Amino acid sequence: MKAKPRPSPLAALLARELRLARRLGGGASLGLVFFLILVTLVPFAVGPDPKLLARIGPAVLWIAALLASLLGLDRLFQADAEDGSLDLFQLSAVPLELVVVLKCAAHWLTAGLPLVVAAPVFGLMLGLEPAALFGVAASLLAGTPALHALGAIGAALTVGLRRGGLLMAILILPLAVPVLIFGVAAAAAAAGGPVPFRTPFLILCALSLFALAGAPFAAAAALRQMNE
Amino acid sequence: MRLEARSVTLIRAGRVIFSDLSFVVESGNALIVSGPNGAGKSSLLRALADLLPAAQGSFVCAAAADARRAEICHYIGHADALKNALTVTENLEFWSALLLQDGSGREGGWPVDAALARFGLAHAANLPAAYLSAGQRRRAALARLLVAPRPLWLLDEPLTALDAASQAVLGEVMQAHLAGGGSIVAATHAPLGLAPAQQLALGPRL
Repeated sequence: MKAKPRPSPLAALLARELRLARRLGGGASLGLVFFLILVTLVPFAVGPDPKLLARIGPAVLWIAALLASLLGLDRLFQADAEDGSLDLFQLSAVPLELVVVLKCAAHWLTAGLPLVVAAPVFGLMLGLEPAALFGVAASLLAGTPALHALGAIGAALTVGLRRGGLLMAILILPLAVPVLIFGVAAAAAAAGGPVPFRTPFLILCALSLFALAGAPFAAAAALRQMNE
Repeated sequence: MRLEARSVTLIRAGRVIFSDLSFVVESGNALIVSGPNGAGKSSLLRALADLLPAAQGSFVCAAAADARRAEICHYIGHADALKNALTVTENLEFWSALLLQDGSGREGGWPVDAALARFGLAHAANLPAAYLSAGQRRRAALARLLVAPRPLWLLDEPLTALDAASQAVLGEVMQAHLAGGGSIVAATHAPLGLAPAQQLALGPRL
């Protein structure tokens, strides 16, 4: 039949994750809807005050994005652990750390990136200025990889638990505090403030790089621990 | 390749599963592990695949001097590692890409469609794995053995859910693997009819 050249293991893994995310649906679209609902709830809670909404808008978008990105992460490794794929990953020449990186990347592309794209649109609902809309999108683009990397640690730690989702959120949300602080600071700075946009934004980038560098090792160690 | 267990002790959750276990599996030989439920057959296979650490002793594998032992073995466990949302072919293509070692020169596994045909799954190749029966899932998992050539096969109850014809096919595939110089360690309750084969009986757990 087809004599296709064999794809590299890494490309095959990324393609499989993206294909699974597309076939199973849910992940990306549900996260977006959850994001939308959280953002919509805020004006009902704080009242229809455009000035107030514009001021707290970046923070609202960031908290909503944080919660929405945790939504699908608990299944990141659990499905593979249940069907035996996780065992086979460890029999391949690909290090488990790299498997974690690729699974995270695929998850960010399907669940994190849509949030970044949708955030400015949802920001309009809160009456944000164009500069603030840009600030929110840019800070989410720089910050969500850190959230996903941290989430991967939580997902790996709770992989053996039946209802690990809530425990994962409890483990991970405190770790996400620095990302939240500098993310909101960057978004607010873009809207005009005493601090230049660059300063918190670069710290946010540094946090993301730090999380991306460390999380794969932590998550892979947690997954190996599961063997025992 | 030659696989040797040197007085291996396995402990899980504080309980000794077996202790001081030694055996040698030569190239082209099979080791049939038998024993009652809970005797530690699956644990032994997982330890051989480096998925469980041995508390004492070690496994020595002559062919694995350059590679991790995990990378030269196939492990067919109770879970079949098939994704329901992917077709059988997509599942198998993924595992063949991941389990084939790149650059080591050990190319030349079976093409995916040929491996599926060998196990009588050609007609189901484009079905999502969710539609397969238990026996068909098992056969799709066994087809992994062919798409990525590896010298050591670790089979945990390979006959489970297989019909008589598939059992015969698996017997032929395993015999060909032995004839090609490979080794098999299989945990089973039913006779596999492999030759040459050694027996290893694990005692009951108290």
